[in-house]
Amino acid sequence: MTMLTIENLHASVADKPILKGLSLTINAGEVHAIMGPNGAGKSTTGYVLGGRPGYEVTEGTATFEGQDLFALDPHERAASGLFLGFQYPVEIPGVSNLQFLREALNSQRKFHDLPPLSGGEFMKLAKEKAALLRMDMDMLKRPVNVGFSGGEKKRAEMVQMGILDPKLAILDETDSGLDIDALRICGEGINAIMRKPDKAVLLITHYQRLLDYVKPDFVHVLAGGRIVKSGGPELALALEEGGYEGVAA
Amino acid sequence: MSNLPTRKAEEWRYADLGALETLWPLPDAESVTVAAGGEFARAIVNKGGVVRLSLTLEAGAKATVHVLSTADTYARIEIEATLHEGADFHLGGVQLSSGDQTAEIVTTVRHIEPNAHSHQMIRSVAGGTSTASVLGKVYVAKGADGTDGEQSVRAMLLDRTAQANARPELEIYADDVKCAHGCAIGELDANGLFYLAARGIEPARAKALMLQAFIAEAFDGAEEEDNLQAAAQAALEALL
Repeated sequence: MTMLTIENLHASVADKPILKGLSLTINAGEVHAIMGPNGAGKSTTGYVLGGRPGYEVTEGTATFEGQDLFALDPHERAASGLFLGFQYPVEIPGVSNLQFLREALNSQRKFHDLPPLSGGEFMKLAKEKAALLRMDMDMLKRPVNVGFSGGEKKRAEMVQMGILDPKLAILDETDSGLDIDALRICGEGINAIMRKPDKAVLLITHYQRLLDYVKPDFVHVLAGGRIVKSGGPELALALEEGGYEGVAA
Repeated sequence: MSNLPTRKAEEWRYADLGALETLWPLPDAESVTVAAGGEFARAIVNKGGVVRLSLTLEAGAKATVHVLSTADTYARIEIEATLHEGADFHLGGVQLSSGDQTAEIVTTVRHIEPNAHSHQMIRSVAGGTSTASVLGKVYVAKGADGTDGEQSVRAMLLDRTAQANARPELEIYADDVKCAHGCAIGELDANGLFYLAARGIEPARAKALMLQAFIAEAFDGAEEEDNLQAAAQAALEALL
């Protein structure tokens, strides 16, 4: 079943065109990886799909589960099952992770006319997902991302993903800033949470290393704002050996 | 003061004089003397009008005052504190304004003897075309050495049309004195708002969460902290 279809997407940031005709189809059960050099438009792709203010779609469409994605506000996209993992997770002083996550989960449930989870039910879920990412519950009592190391921020993002249980995760450089152990833990977390027949993942990354843990079904090379080459996992290996210039030229 | 003040008077510079006229003449300030070594705590919720409190802290006395002001047209809180030797005064204040409301907190703290401490923390949230002002005067008398007076004033503007004023004033005649004051006026972090939205939180709720976090520290440790936080939260949600 088709989950996300992007057709001829053009997008600008501050009137500067970044995406120039990106097309991509992601089906349920698939893991896709977008790789590409700096400035190719990788992060912009994530932000445009997530609905970040300032990222303007000038042409093209994106259909998520049969819905016009661009007609939805960012919080509606999230509630519809789209999770955007941030390259630089944002610090929210004064708001604890647990408060934030309970608000987020119950907002999403409200969007689907579901009753809120009770405090007890939520804590059980939070403990389960924190354990999956080997995150101490005390960390989740602290303000969102404040004082977290790079690796802790990324693991916290994966805990968020586990609790919110999205259909499609777009993960923007989840591997950046991770040491080898944290990389493996995050990779295993992504597999445990998202490697399911009714879910899909779009990994945005520079490197092969995350793909050793989360094996992609398809690899795309993004250059100059559009996909210039697509293939299987072997494409990522070829990129690692030959560089973007060699493969995408 | 029997005549209606004008804007020339510094402490009335940002007031809503039209609204003030309907309240004039103002009642005298409530006067409280905290006996030597005694303790005093007060939480004030002002939903409009002028509230005036005048405290005298005798040697070693301690007073903790928390105020929450939600402007109904015009809300003003005036607090005076006179500190004798070793007295300790703490003020935590929050004011919320929207529409064309005017909210202000005006404080005068007098350190008239040595070794007294005063700590003031005020958070304002202003939306619409409202004005939120904080005027804080700290006076340290000659000989009041060992004074420690601290003011922290921050304001969050929800709209570019809102206005916040922060005006610390120090008048110091002693030598060995620590008087710190900091003020900052800003708007909600757009990255934070998008982060909350990207996890499914509605925009108004996301703002409320961030603002709640912004004002919460002013009520830290208040005797009626839960009540104050809940009242502030309800007022915030009404404001958004």
